[in-house]
Amino acid sequence: MPSLIRPSEITNERFFRMRRDLLVQTLGLAAAGALPGALRAAAPESAEATSATLKYTRNAKYSTTDKPNTFAEVTGYNNFYEFGVDKADPAANAGTLHPHPWNVTIAGEADVTGTFTIEDLLKPHPLEERIYRHRCVEAWSMVIPWVGFPLADLLARFKPNSRAKYVEFTTLLDPKQMPGQSPSLLAQTGLHWPYVEGLRIDEAMHPLAFMVVGVYGRVLPNQNGAPLRVHLPWKYGFKSGKSIVKIRFTERQPANTWAISAPNEYGFYANVNPKVDHPRWTQATERHIGDGFLAGRRPTLMFNGYADQVASLYSGMDLRRYF
Amino acid sequence: MQRYRWVYKPLLFLACLVPLAWAVGGVLQLPAVPSLGADPVRRVLGIFGHSALNLLLLTLTVSPARQLTGNAHLLRLRRMLGVFAFTYALLHFATYVGPFQSFSWNAIVKDLVKRPYITLGFTALVLLVPLAVTSTNAMMRRLKRRWQSLHRLIYPIAILGVWHYWWQVKKDIREPLIYVVLLAVLLGWRLRRRQRQRALTSKSASPTAPETT
Repeated sequence: MPSLIRPSEITNERFFRMRRDLLVQTLGLAAAGALPGALRAAAPESAEATSATLKYTRNAKYSTTDKPNTFAEVTGYNNFYEFGVDKADPAANAGTLHPHPWNVTIAGEADVTGTFTIEDLLKPHPLEERIYRHRCVEAWSMVIPWVGFPLADLLARFKPNSRAKYVEFTTLLDPKQMPGQSPSLLAQTGLHWPYVEGLRIDEAMHPLAFMVVGVYGRVLPNQNGAPLRVHLPWKYGFKSGKSIVKIRFTERQPANTWAISAPNEYGFYANVNPKVDHPRWTQATERHIGDGFLAGRRPTLMFNGYADQVASLYSGMDLRRYF
Repeated sequence: MQRYRWVYKPLLFLACLVPLAWAVGGVLQLPAVPSLGADPVRRVLGIFGHSALNLLLLTLTVSPARQLTGNAHLLRLRRMLGVFAFTYALLHFATYVGPFQSFSWNAIVKDLVKRPYITLGFTALVLLVPLAVTSTNAMMRRLKRRWQSLHRLIYPIAILGVWHYWWQVKKDIREPLIYVVLLAVLLGWRLRRRQRQRALTSKSASPTAPETT
């Protein structure tokens, strides 16, 4: 589909929706759905501009021509267990996260290490928008207009040495800001915190690997992994770490959170692969968020449709074994 | 309570229809209906599945409630709860077959064979069919004592249903755990009562008639 919706064209609508949702939630009426339409429409405009707009250029080369999901879908349907296990939990609970000020520690096998403010990290990088396909391991998908810059550009600044075979990304650990990390009996998800993900260095340096700071032309909302997250469009979503506080170059393959939790279900590579099923469901097809109730499933593409760009990274590998 | 039957039965009927109304209204995006969120298919699956489980457990609550309160009229509600439990289980399956799997029978058969939690859920649904079919007064009369034996299937069905839910959650087992605990209480209560009755019958010369609980 060639008709891309430009963010500028739909900002008003979606912020209207966001405001409305916020108002409904604040009044505690979301569950009851008791707010009459007239009242909803008359919602005050106070919650606007919670996130600032960004300056960026569109990168058409790395953007899909698929129609992006709505802002409400992208920011209201998230897996971010640090804020709860329901898809609506992160949007409801991520207000406790403080993405400013924010520091990121660079460690491990690199010449330049230390702790940097996010401003220092981002300063040299011009921002671009890439419309990426996103495929969750749970067999649903979205199309998301991210704003960010190539991960490789950031990593190169720290001059990884020859022993840097892998890169590890660690998410913030702070139960006060991330209530899902609280060790209370009733909040147990069984995952070990902080959330850790990792990539082989050549994967991390691949031009498709994207360091994300915004979505839909705006600063990244908390529930999407503010202030800094990666997105790897050819891998299942859980590979893309959110709210990153540490980047470590390692010689050995990092242990990633979901693979630790259920090694038979989640691997290190987690490349989108329609031929290798999850033990409990098929990965051959996916349900695309935003398609109609009776729209049916879409076929899942090898490497989520990015095979031309990334397949060579895995030539000779048994992708059944390295799932 | 008998006098108010014309009130509480229709009320219960309407209450049982609420989840269905929410799902239908949500899919049609009717203005006063709470949104089903970004993934309405999954939400509707959940609404129907939860409703089936809730009603199954409610059905199992009727006998203990009657025995505790001595109110025999409660039994009149059990059939409606049971038939609604079956209806929601069927709607849950229909949502899985249609909107979720888009009638891809290959994928569905593969799921049924390869994915244990789906096998469990489907077995529970199949076992519910004879119970629903024999839920009429005429069938009750026709089957007599065999009706009671047949309808004891509700115990394995409830266990299968809860197990099905437990196995399909990814990590957070809090909600399925609630169902497990409730089911354990309801079944445990029956076991204890049975043991007590056995103890009584072995003591007294006149055995009390066995009773479906």
